[in-house]
Amino acid sequence: MIDSTLTDSSQPESGVPSGVDRRSFEDRPTKVRAENVKAYFGKTQALKGISLDILSNQVTAIIGPSGCGKSTFLRSINRMHETVLGGRIEGKVTLDGQDIYKMDPVSVRRRVGMVFQKPNPFPTMSIFDNVAAGLTFNGLAKRSALGEIVERSLRQAALWDEVKDVLDKNGMSLSGGQQQRLCIARTLAINPEVVLMDEPASALDPLATAKIEELINELKKEYTIVIVTHNMQQAARVSDFTAFLYLGELVEVDRTKEIFTNPRKKQTEDYITGRFG
Amino acid sequence: MTFHFAYRTAKSLMMYALCGVSVIVALVPLVMIFYHTVSMGGSAINLDFFTQLPKPVGETGGGLANAIVGTMILVGLGSLIGLPVGVLGGIYLAEYGNNPFATAVRFMTDVLNGVPSIVMGVVAYTLVVVPMKHFSAYAGGVALGILMIPMITRTTEEMLKIVPRSYREAALALGIPQWKTTLRIVLRTGLGGVITGIMLAVARAAGETAPLLFTALNNRFWNLSFDQPMASLTVFIYNYGVSPYDDWIAQAWAGALVLITLILVLSVAVRFATRSAFRGGDA
Repeated sequence: MIDSTLTDSSQPESGVPSGVDRRSFEDRPTKVRAENVKAYFGKTQALKGISLDILSNQVTAIIGPSGCGKSTFLRSINRMHETVLGGRIEGKVTLDGQDIYKMDPVSVRRRVGMVFQKPNPFPTMSIFDNVAAGLTFNGLAKRSALGEIVERSLRQAALWDEVKDVLDKNGMSLSGGQQQRLCIARTLAINPEVVLMDEPASALDPLATAKIEELINELKKEYTIVIVTHNMQQAARVSDFTAFLYLGELVEVDRTKEIFTNPRKKQTEDYITGRFG
Repeated sequence: MTFHFAYRTAKSLMMYALCGVSVIVALVPLVMIFYHTVSMGGSAINLDFFTQLPKPVGETGGGLANAIVGTMILVGLGSLIGLPVGVLGGIYLAEYGNNPFATAVRFMTDVLNGVPSIVMGVVAYTLVVVPMKHFSAYAGGVALGILMIPMITRTTEEMLKIVPRSYREAALALGIPQWKTTLRIVLRTGLGGVITGIMLAVARAAGETAPLLFTALNNRFWNLSFDQPMASLTVFIYNYGVSPYDDWIAQAWAGALVLITLILVLSVAVRFATRSAFRGGDA
């Protein structure tokens, strides 16, 4: 049922639900593992025990109808869920085998970066300062090294050519798509291992969306990426693995190709063919 | 069609005009006060007014130099108390204010905001004047400080609350600790509004007479020591304004003019010093 060679053998249970063809998971080590993660908002339970492995240097897409807990699951991976009033997590999330809920949240967030649905550059800062913010505020880089890191991050985010002459301008002066890539650059600047993206293109036009998707493909060489999306075509285009969440439960996870061509569960099929959700 | 369009246009124009009229109505008293103050007190403004001490009754000339400096010192002392307590209290209410204690603090702050300012004077009298056994600038500063706290607290809270949560999340997700997020992202973003609140409180404190009457009292002589009674423009305006001497009354008007100008200059200077190329969301 579970191929133990894929996972740390000290962990008795893999995050991948039983019944999934494990041959498709053979090539990558697990980066993030969620074990029976339950999330609450006060008394409301948003996640009802999610177990999922996120593999290193792969793009994992999380799909599902609104309110199914996609974003909440994402925010449990960098401990942002608990910053919401009444937010509480049960279960275990590990990063390279380390329990992140036993680590300092600040250090977790430096290793697990996040890009939000709506572009949110800091309004009082220039483009340069926005990208550098995670470093300067934490004293993570010397002044002299900043320029280089900012340029590298903006290049990685495919924004450098558009902003290299206006680095001292306000980040808010950019277009929506550029702002989102600025936020991606800001996240990359602190050199995280995992990048979480919460519907990063839902507020953008098709051209900007295409740019972000192209970018995701580039980024997976260096980062492990988890992307929440409403757009199933997008999940099909950018991801290697897709997890389908419904009503706070993980219905199915598999290689993206499998999910979209040959889903195991009827619920998954109904959702991706547009019969509900 | 045409009729409805014309009707809507007329309605829109009417509302527009109403707004314009309201602005004028609001501005008229301000202009009148300023004009009246200049015309009544302008003649008493001269170099002596800023450099000389008050002259005894009967002697002409003299100035309110000690009161001008006194007002600055008293407001400065008040700000020293009111500003840090107010801003920090506001940050607490905005960022950590989701518990019964904070709700109680918020309610008390609102009550304190509505307490007549002379009561602040009584409190400072009890707290400072009675133990010291004499009036002092300290007591005046305490009275003004207590007066400023609730105003600054509430405006700071409101201004920080309108900073979108997405900026806080962006900062936290970058691994920036909570306290740095609060100070360098949230407070920085809401700074314009916070400063407006502070300036309003400073202006209000500078214009208060009642809390000073039995705390800082008044002083017709030059005094820079904080543990002695201290002169202030407002108390001089009050004393001179009700006097039967024409030159004193003119000096009271001049004092009012100087006070208004001081606050105006201070507000503009602070705005200028803290202005930023990127304020709020505008590009």
